[in-house]
Amino acid sequence: MNKYLILENGQIFKGEGFGAPGDVIAEIVFTTAMTGYLETLTDKSYTGQAIVQTFPLIGNYGIIPEDAESEMIGASAYIVREWCDHPSNFRSKRDLDTYLKKRGIVGLYKIDTRALTRVLREHGTMNGLITDTPSKANLEMIKAYKCENPVHLVSTKEMYVEGNGKYKVALFDFGMKENICRCLTNRDCTVYVFPDTATKEDILSVNPDGIFLSNGPGDPIDNKGAIEVIKELIPLKYPTMGICLGHQLLALAHGFETMKLKYGHRGSNQPVRYSEDSCTYISSQNHGYAVVNESVDNTVATPLFINVNDGTNEGLKYINEPCFSVQFHPEACAGPRDTNFLFDSFVEMMEVKNA
Amino acid sequence: MPKNNDIKKVLLIGSGPIVIGQAAEFDYAGVQACRALKEEGIEIVLINSNPATIMTDHIMADRIYIEPLTLETVKRIIEKEKPDSILSGLGGQTSLTLCMQLAHDGFLESHGIRLLGSSPETIDKAEDRQLFKDTMESIGQPCIPSEVVTTVEDALSFAESIGYPVIVRPAFTLGGSGGGIAKDREELMLTAANGLKQSPITQILVEKCVSGWKEIEFEVMRDHIGNSITVCSMENFDPVGVHTGDSIVIAPTVTLADKEYQMLRSAALKIIDALNIEGGCNCQFALNPDSFEYAVIEVNPRVSRSSALASKATGYPIAKVAAKIALGYNLDEIKNAVTGTTYAAFEPAIDYVAVKFPKWPFEKFVYASRTLGTQMKATGEVMSISDSFESAIMKAVRGAELGFDTLHVPAVKELSDEELRNKLLEPSDLRLFLVYESLYRGVSVDELFEITRIDRWFLYKLLKLVNYEQTLSSYSISFDDYIDGKKMGYTDAALMKTSKKMPANSLKIKKLSESSDKLYPTYKMVDTCSGEFAATTPYFYATYNTKESGGENEVLPFLNNNSSKGTIIVLGSGPIRIGQGIEFDYASVHCVNSLRKMGYTVVIINNNPETVSTDFDIADRLYFEPLCPEDVMNIIEIEKPIGVVVAFGGQTSIKLTKVLNDNGINIIGTSADSIDMAEDRERFDALLTKLNINKAKAHTVMTLEEALNAANDLTYPVLLRPSYVIGGQNMTIARSDDDVSEYMKIILEHEIDNPVLIDKYIEGMEIEVDSIYDGEDLLLPGIMEHIERTGVHSGDSIAIYPAQDLTKELEDKIVETTKMLCDGLKATGIVNVQYIVQNGEIYVIEVNPRASRTVPYLSKVSGVPMVDLAIKVSLGYKLKDMPYGTGLYRKPDHIAVKVPVFSFEKLSGLDTQLGPEMKSTGEVLGIGKTLTEAMYKGFLGAGYKLKKSGGVFISVKDSDKPEIASIGKKFMDLGFEIFATDGTAEVLMKEGIAANVITRLQSDNKNVKSAMELIEDGSLSYIISTSSKGRLPERESVKLRRRATVVGISCLTSLDTANALLACLYSEYTEDNTVLVDINTI
Repeated sequence: MNKYLILENGQIFKGEGFGAPGDVIAEIVFTTAMTGYLETLTDKSYTGQAIVQTFPLIGNYGIIPEDAESEMIGASAYIVREWCDHPSNFRSKRDLDTYLKKRGIVGLYKIDTRALTRVLREHGTMNGLITDTPSKANLEMIKAYKCENPVHLVSTKEMYVEGNGKYKVALFDFGMKENICRCLTNRDCTVYVFPDTATKEDILSVNPDGIFLSNGPGDPIDNKGAIEVIKELIPLKYPTMGICLGHQLLALAHGFETMKLKYGHRGSNQPVRYSEDSCTYISSQNHGYAVVNESVDNTVATPLFINVNDGTNEGLKYINEPCFSVQFHPEACAGPRDTNFLFDSFVEMMEVKNA
Repeated sequence: MPKNNDIKKVLLIGSGPIVIGQAAEFDYAGVQACRALKEEGIEIVLINSNPATIMTDHIMADRIYIEPLTLETVKRIIEKEKPDSILSGLGGQTSLTLCMQLAHDGFLESHGIRLLGSSPETIDKAEDRQLFKDTMESIGQPCIPSEVVTTVEDALSFAESIGYPVIVRPAFTLGGSGGGIAKDREELMLTAANGLKQSPITQILVEKCVSGWKEIEFEVMRDHIGNSITVCSMENFDPVGVHTGDSIVIAPTVTLADKEYQMLRSAALKIIDALNIEGGCNCQFALNPDSFEYAVIEVNPRVSRSSALASKATGYPIAKVAAKIALGYNLDEIKNAVTGTTYAAFEPAIDYVAVKFPKWPFEKFVYASRTLGTQMKATGEVMSISDSFESAIMKAVRGAELGFDTLHVPAVKELSDEELRNKLLEPSDLRLFLVYESLYRGVSVDELFEITRIDRWFLYKLLKLVNYEQTLSSYSISFDDYIDGKKMGYTDAALMKTSKKMPANSLKIKKLSESSDKLYPTYKMVDTCSGEFAATTPYFYATYNTKESGGENEVLPFLNNNSSKGTIIVLGSGPIRIGQGIEFDYASVHCVNSLRKMGYTVVIINNNPETVSTDFDIADRLYFEPLCPEDVMNIIEIEKPIGVVVAFGGQTSIKLTKVLNDNGINIIGTSADSIDMAEDRERFDALLTKLNINKAKAHTVMTLEEALNAANDLTYPVLLRPSYVIGGQNMTIARSDDDVSEYMKIILEHEIDNPVLIDKYIEGMEIEVDSIYDGEDLLLPGIMEHIERTGVHSGDSIAIYPAQDLTKELEDKIVETTKMLCDGLKATGIVNVQYIVQNGEIYVIEVNPRASRTVPYLSKVSGVPMVDLAIKVSLGYKLKDMPYGTGLYRKPDHIAVKVPVFSFEKLSGLDTQLGPEMKSTGEVLGIGKTLTEAMYKGFLGAGYKLKKSGGVFISVKDSDKPEIASIGKKFMDLGFEIFATDGTAEVLMKEGIAANVITRLQSDNKNVKSAMELIEDGSLSYIISTSSKGRLPERESVKLRRRATVVGISCLTSLDTANALLACLYSEYTEDNTVLVDINTI
């Protein structure tokens, strides 16, 4: 059945529908990752967005429930060139179409996804409507769409505990990928997963050894409450690590600025240079915002990573606090595991503090 | 770290002649390396025995030695040139092995030369089976249970401890030479013995057979400080068990979830880190399809065929980056030439799939075994790029020039269900088509998976094509169905043919294909980044996207920058195969260069990922597409060229002339009508008659009966061949009715559109010329003489330039006749003519109004830039206005001898006796001050050991007997012990030559060894074996010749070759006293 994508600039792509029926408006973003579509779909950082896969063949190895990064699908819609009706993998439980139907996620395929990607690259990220009836489209309405308070939407409502280890980590769940938690529990941590609304007192109540700021969706400056709580925690000098949105919030709490990137970094192949060893690592990324390099007070923090392609900030190391944060995803899933060692650094900081 | 400025003069060793397992990919790598070094202002000394390469072009390096790739010669060149460094990882296994020998015997150290790229320790760790295994164990990377052994006994006892089947892999060999799978003790005894013989260090690996696991490859780069990336992942269609060079491959991997993908990616990075690789490297894994279990198969610590494929599949220039790393640069200091803004320290993300399909020589070698295993057999490959597997595999098969435009092929349609099933059990070149036919007949995907272990993902994709083809003949298709067909890679012609049973559909497609709203491809760019960054790489492939779906043709903006002189399309030469090798890539690239210099916008179309011509910055635009009518016409439709050049892509491009002409496309150079006149026997004969030029008497026939009548009319011996030939495909000399019957039976197995030609066979000296004709004047850069008399294909003959045995009168006659032929054909540009000289008369064998395989070496030795001149005269320039004159060009100071090189040891079942059907895969050149010196170097470069003692076994056919005594005498006088079969021995003894009479295979006397036994025990240095019949693998002579080849004994099958070799043995030349010729100084 025909289905259409109408961008806020009026451009129309006619394809066919799969997954769940219905119309949906979302911010349209593309990812260049060639594997890991399930991890991508279940990454809550995509809340409010429709994902375009630049790799044309999606769903090849089916749906593997244990690879999901959360219990929900973050994205509002999924756009691919072709989905695979006969997936093949020893762990596959079902095909992509069935999965999206079950989860109520709208899919669009058979469009020129490369042309769409090039439009988004040149024009910058845009909103779009995915619909069966293009005549109903209202460009003003599409343009006006904004996902309100996405972090709160996807964060846990209640604190819960994962793992049972030597180090107690208080983790702010802004839309956490579960592998972050696994990376910590695998390193002898007990993880207290707090809602985004947690207060300083909530955090201190578990007497943590360290604080973790997770990834999450949306514009960082919308998270005023969380930024204030982080500000209050900074003077306490807890070992702290942040990822993605967590990285941005830590920067904002220190008075630095963030900006929206033209079309973001989404994929598994982004090179980042590490200031500690001057080596370049390939990282998994999914972000539309970045910390403004020039806004960083170098007496407070120094760049820990920079993006080799465009020079944007990819991480900060704080000088007077046992804190660091990265813009990319060392927990991988999907993507390369090359920077997984950063979790070791975090654990070491807690070890040092305890000693 | 920036470049190491101590590096000022670098020696680069090429990979030598094209053989199976080492083809054009190393010319591509070598050219990239030369360009990378040049950019840095480094002086380059180059050694390569292969004259057909682009890397040995005078502009590529400062000093160029086309010399034998032996350790001794390389040492002498180093002593003469005194380079400060040597670059090892870019010339294939040949170059790597030489570099390692130089390192190990202390030569590099004593001469203060640094080895750039990976260190000798690294290379040893990767190449030595035991060291590799130990290294893998130390970093926790699983290897397949295996043991390195040096005797058959040890092989057997290990195999018994792990259980059969086992795989045998000899150490340090090309393309897995001499390896194989052994199912039991018996088989292992043979395979192990053979493998030990093949390995230069008499070492084999016996390993547990994991056939049926997925075979996954990663191309990895690492620099000096340890930055490492994976450029590309690849998944083999054929599971473990088929050599990756013989496997259909898709990039990137498709059936691996991120978990498995990252597991193997991390493993690859860990491995290159442990090995301390600096440059490019290839890691192969076996992955259990039912678990996360995997094993490292092998690691190649150098650029390889897979890296050429990965470079073309992603746009990431691996060889160039490897060369820069060798100079000291880090990955994040090297710009990504594709985007111009990002760096080499990133991993390409692609938004299409690339499929590689091998090109095997079995169409030509009907008696060679088609079974595929651990020994690579393909001579070349094609790659295709598209947005679906279906379309990519269709394009690949179409582009492989098998005569198939769908996967449903006649060759397997006739098989019974049982035959089909049986044939599926053993991998062969036909496996894809057998699988397809099975699906067509309703065999389930699960059943096929059980038989073949080909992943269900691929099988379901093939099933989609099957289902689609079946709909074409079952109901009336809609426009959307037609679009689906185009998206899946069908040409209009294939769709029409497939819907034959449903004429309405066929008609509809015909209408659509001719209508104004015909669906044209949307061309997409290969940009390394899936569109994430703006790129201006002019590297395109076709997909089908409708306008409504957003379909964008990315070529269009490029057309705005076209030259005011117009656009010219150059057609490439497709996959490397016997008879059409790297020479044609040389010619295509030179043509492109000349046209660009002249100010045209130049577009190249080719589908061979190994080549220089498919490097994205050779032409103004590259279309990586099949060289098939519809694909080419679609590009023409977009590009609107002022003309198309077909003269440099061999038979592949020549074949397209008719289609182009029928569509009103201007052919630059010799016209379609003239090409037809040269290829159509009747028209050509009429021309010769008109010009009063001699030619062997000939007939054309379509049936066996006509053939027999014709042969008897001409009288035996006769030469049989199909019209429109590549490299003498299916050509044979028949000496009896039986021979004719056998030949016709084989040829009539295929549908034939064109008649079979029967010529009276004239025995004489074969002469070959390449000439340039501008419509008025002729330039003949040189006359070549073949050592072997007619009957041996020109591509398999040793050729001498300039010809040594022609009188001035005959030379003049050749020049004059060539000019008459060019004029008579109304040819323009380059023309190759082959003649026979017999008793002072010349006869024309054939005229090819196109570049031939001798163009590169003749250009290099004569100094005449033949391709450049040819394309210029094709565009109206005149020879008299150019500095090379007309008539016969002056002869050079040196003599050059081209010696063919074969890949016989890789093609079991193939008779090694030379004949009119071409068998060589490559060639080397020997350049000397005298004929014998050039010949000596040629033989040496081609791998002859030139032993001056030992035994010689002689067994020749009756027609050779009158000449054999003089050969026997020469061997005897040199002190060789002569062995011969009774007939031959009788002739020898009559002339007073002492010969031991022996049998071929089995001896009936315990005290006398058979020839086969002498081969096995190493007593023979040479074998001279000719037989009037050959070919059939079960014949004794064929078995003997094959065995000799496998164990590396020089086996001569022409008395002329034997005489040439004897001249070298009699000479004073050794590896130490030949003159080393820098061809840039000729």
